[in-house]
Order: sequence, then C-alpha cells, then structure tokens
Amino acid sequence: MGNFTELFKGLFQENPVFALVLGLCPTLAVSTSLDNAIGMGAAATFVLLCSNIIISLIRKQVPEKIRIPIYIVVIASFVTMASLFMQAFLPELNKALGIYVPLIVVNCIILGRAEAFASRNNAVKSAMDGIGMGVGFTLALALISIIRELLGTGYIKLFGITLIAIPIEPAMIFILAPGALLVMGLLLALFAQVRKKKYEVKCCEVKE
Amino acid sequence: MTNLMAIIIGAIFVNNFILTRFLGLCPFFGVSKKTKPAIGMGMSVIFVLTLASMATWLAYTYVLLPMHLEYLQIIVFILVIATLVQFVELFLKKANPVLYKSLGIYLPLITTNCAVLGVALLNVQDNYNFIEAVVFGLSAGIGFTLALLLMSGIRERLELSKVPKAFDGLPIAFIVASLMSLAFLAFSGMIK
Repeated sequence: MGNFTELFKGLFQENPVFALVLGLCPTLAVSTSLDNAIGMGAAATFVLLCSNIIISLIRKQVPEKIRIPIYIVVIASFVTMASLFMQAFLPELNKALGIYVPLIVVNCIILGRAEAFASRNNAVKSAMDGIGMGVGFTLALALISIIRELLGTGYIKLFGITLIAIPIEPAMIFILAPGALLVMGLLLALFAQVRKKKYEVKCCEVKE
Repeated sequence: MTNLMAIIIGAIFVNNFILTRFLGLCPFFGVSKKTKPAIGMGMSVIFVLTLASMATWLAYTYVLLPMHLEYLQIIVFILVIATLVQFVELFLKKANPVLYKSLGIYLPLITTNCAVLGVALLNVQDNYNFIEAVVFGLSAGIGFTLALLLMSGIRERLELSKVPKAFDGLPIAFIVASLMSLAFLAFSGMIK
C-alpha cells in the first residue's frame, strides 16, 4: 500500500508544478502545444524515474559532502540519453523543444526529488515517487498547454489528429510568452482559492 | 560590429532571458520582493553568466570539438559551471570580503539556474565566436537584471495595494510578469 501512496501523491496533493511550484522554466516555455507538453513530460518522467532508482541504489555509498555533484552527474547522464534518443527518433519534437531538453538537467523537480526522497528511501519507493512526480508534471504541463493551444489557435491537436476545434478568432497572445505567464497566474489563483492556501516561492535552492 | 549590436539588443530586449525565454524564473520570483536583494542577485547573475559563457565556450571549442565528444556537452557544461561558481565563491571570500558579503549568498543559488546552462547551450546552438559568446553572456545577464529590477520595483508597490485574496503572493506576480512580457513583446521586430 505504501508504494502506491508514493505513486499517487505526485499527481495531486504534492503536484510538482501546482503544489510545490517547481520546474517553472520548462513548464512555461514548452506548454505551447499539447504535443510539446507530452514530449517534455515523457522525457522528464524518464529522467526522474531512472535517476531516482540509481540515486536510491547508491545512496549508502555516496559521501555526504559531494552528494550534489554526484546527483547532478547521474541526472545529466540520463538527460544526455533522452536528448540523443530524441535527436535520433523524434527530430521534429527535438526541434520544437530546443534547448529545453538539455535544460532538464537543471529542472529543480529532479534534483529536488533526488535530495528529498531518493536519497532516503529504497529503490521501489523511489521509482514510484519518480513516476508519480513525472506524471504529475506531465499532467500540469498538459493542462496549461490545452488552455493555451485552444485559445491561441482555436483547436487542440494530438500527434496530428484534431481533438477539439472551437469556432473562435484565435488570440495569438496565448501561444506567445505573455500568455504562458497569464494562464499560469490565473491557474495558481484558482488553485489557491480551492486549496485555501497562499502560494510562496520555494526557490530552486539546494540546502547545503 | 552590427552583429554585436544585434546580439546585445536581442539578448536584453527582444529575447529577454526571463520574459520571453523563461530562463531563470525561480530567482525572478524568489528574489524580487525587495529592490536591494534584486540588485545583488542581478549583479551576481551578470558576473556568473559572463564567466560561464567564456568557460563553457573554451571547453566546447578546445576540448569537446577536437575530441569529437560533443555529445558530452550537457555533463561537461554543468560540471564546468558548478566548479566555476564554487571557485568564484572561494576567490571572492578571500580577495574581496565586502563584495562577497553582498553577492556571496546568491552564488550557490545560481549554480543550478537554467539561465547559466541556457547561455552555454545557446552559444553552441548559434555558433557564436568567443567575442560574441562573451557579449551574449554579458547582455543576457543585463537583460535578466533589468527584468528583475523592474519586477522588484512593481512588487514593492504591490505590497501596499489590495489584491484579491486568491491572487495574493505568487499568482499576482505571474500576472505582473505577463504584463511586463507583453510590453517587451513590442521590441520584437527590432532585429530579425
């Protein structure tokens, strides 16, 4: 049962984007379309899952003082794998995501989970945590991108198939940069209302 | 020369690191509550971005390219940046304690900041030469500081105004950033 709690907490109560407000840079930058959001979410989930497992397995061998550089190297290796895979098999997605694929390395969600969870729990729990957080991140990205794509282009496409089309004059602004910030601000206000909790910025700071 | 001008204007206004590329959002929202720390953070970012731009350019051109190890760039860049920031911190502590006091606390925050790795990756992606890379790093830092300073000024005023309860804190900061981003959108078209 415990393992499943780890899996599901990342989806809602501890959603990395809307509850913890982490990983803002990719969240806003690539949420222009549902395709991009799912691509980025899948890549981040892969990296989270693998790095969580490895870091959990080596947690007893890692000296306390140099743990952060070690975590970063582990994460960077998996990001390199994901990036090479995308370049080889999904060139279009890779082009759309651009430098935000390599930037998964500095996504605070991943280092944050390594530090807060994987370095203290066994591999199975860490894997569950990784998947849960990854899927939670993907869901948040998908939610933002659905709103932006629908209002910005008038339709939602998934892998080339039109899912929904609405007869409106598309407001370009939503797929441009200001739209991302606006949608994120409104969504955070909505969640603050529902959760009755004020949002504070938890910076990407890693406590030394 | 016109090329350098284009890079400077591009990095400060047109493709502002925070407002259009969304790089370095964490410190942008985390350190923008007051103007004074915003200046300290901005200065450290300018400093680190310029140095990181130089260091990663050199590492890429003289180590990775000749040895055909381009695929290692992510790992090498992040290690170079982390080492560099640590080194700068140690150096400042010894050489200039006054400066260290004002910038030191922001330096560890900058290591895992996407803006620094972003600048290194963009230098490679856009094939900049050494001078261009340094100028790009410097102006990206200036653009970052400009947005951070403007934001902190607005947020100091915001403290005094009545904000609907749900918007209090972070949500209203996002809305403000959105309006600033809208204003910066007017610069697009200045360069191609």
